[in-house]
Amino acid sequence: MQTIAVVDYGMGNLRSVVNALQVVAQSHDRVLLTSDPQQVLAADRVVFPGQGAAGDCMRAIDEYGLREAIVAAAKDRPFLGICMGMQVLIEHSEENEGTQCLGVFKGRVKYFGDDHQDHSGVRLKVPHMGWNRVKQTREHPLWHDVTDDSRFYFVHSYYLEAEDPQLVAGITDYGFSFTSVIAKDNLFALQCHPEKSADTGLQLLRNFVNWDGQP
Amino acid sequence: MTLAKRIIPCLDVDNGRVVKGVKFVEIRDAGDPVENARRYNQEGADELTFLDITASSDDRETMVHVVEDVAREVFIPLTVGGGIRELADIRRMLNAGADKVSINTAAVFNPEFVAAAADKFGSQCIVVAVDAKRVSAEHEAGRWEIFTHGGRKPTGIDALDWVRKMDAFGAGEILLTSMDRDGTKIGFDNELTAEVSAAVRVPVIASGGVGNLQHLVDGILQGKADAVLAASIFHFGEYRISEAKAFMQAQGIEMRDV
Repeated sequence: MQTIAVVDYGMGNLRSVVNALQVVAQSHDRVLLTSDPQQVLAADRVVFPGQGAAGDCMRAIDEYGLREAIVAAAKDRPFLGICMGMQVLIEHSEENEGTQCLGVFKGRVKYFGDDHQDHSGVRLKVPHMGWNRVKQTREHPLWHDVTDDSRFYFVHSYYLEAEDPQLVAGITDYGFSFTSVIAKDNLFALQCHPEKSADTGLQLLRNFVNWDGQP
Repeated sequence: MTLAKRIIPCLDVDNGRVVKGVKFVEIRDAGDPVENARRYNQEGADELTFLDITASSDDRETMVHVVEDVAREVFIPLTVGGGIRELADIRRMLNAGADKVSINTAAVFNPEFVAAAADKFGSQCIVVAVDAKRVSAEHEAGRWEIFTHGGRKPTGIDALDWVRKMDAFGAGEILLTSMDRDGTKIGFDNELTAEVSAAVRVPVIASGGVGNLQHLVDGILQGKADAVLAASIFHFGEYRISEAKAFMQAQGIEMRDV
């Protein structure tokens, strides 16, 4: 029996995250959707999702008083960041004329740009929306039974640039190669949505609920 | 370029059942939404769109339960359209497990609604559905207008102006249906699709007119669509989605393997 807390700060459709975790968790595990910092801190593992704009997300995190709990959990137990829940772990995002984020890692979140192009000059749509490949740049327990270069579902207009190259665990090509997955110690975070990535995503979530938090 | 083009089967739902009519007549029962969703997921659908065609708003609650049931076991993006008029409608569908909602008529009557919705829930979950009909003469340059009420009522709004405006107002995606082609099975209006795709920053889903797999290819290669939506060719087992993907891949289009 373990408790998996899904942090709810009012940003986005968390129902799918909860549904997917319930499918991959053991029947006696508890998947808890919560806005309560104490419940986040009491959980065995924490999933930190998020959608929408960085400015709204940071405001909501503070309104719910969740900042300390999220930062603490990100450092001491199996922790999974998804989409905006990955981006706001960094220091700063370009979104909303610049947003100070949680600062768990050094780096920035940048906009793809209105004139984004591929290698041959063909215009690319923003948001980057749909199924794209994730190249696994190093071994990790969460990649267990996830084929390298598998496709995951993405929807985002901003991408993360971590200062420390050691953080990168997966990359994706969209006009250029960007960091789609980071991992350090007990933390793993993705730009894409495992809860919307069919069997591939469910396998990654299954790995997470069984993970001991060791890289 | 590694982002795959998407195939999106569309399911019309009337009172909790999947139905398919041809040009709004001859409604045929095509079954249970969850069973359909499960099958399409197994065949490799990249997303699913549910269109609520229930006539009475009293029965809209049924759609919420359909979305809940599907979201419990199918883990690909789900879009719900039909009857989305207020922010509360969007909230209800997202809470039920939808990832996106598609706004059509309400956007035409009140464009600010799209801006308010994108502001509140994020552009990633706001699809604007655009029903366009060609109004130019045979040998003129293409010109299209927005129509409502299933293509019967003209609005006088130019389609290209409209999609640019919806992009600026925060639409995350455009679902473009050619009312000239809808239900005809002669292929998308690729000229319209290409014009719209060039006019906006956001992805465009082509819809209306698919009768065979080559039409899907044409929608991507000629129409420059980012995704293709089809209903009848998948519903009655004419083609499997896996078959469609293999066909498109063979013509050089990047698709997600099943």
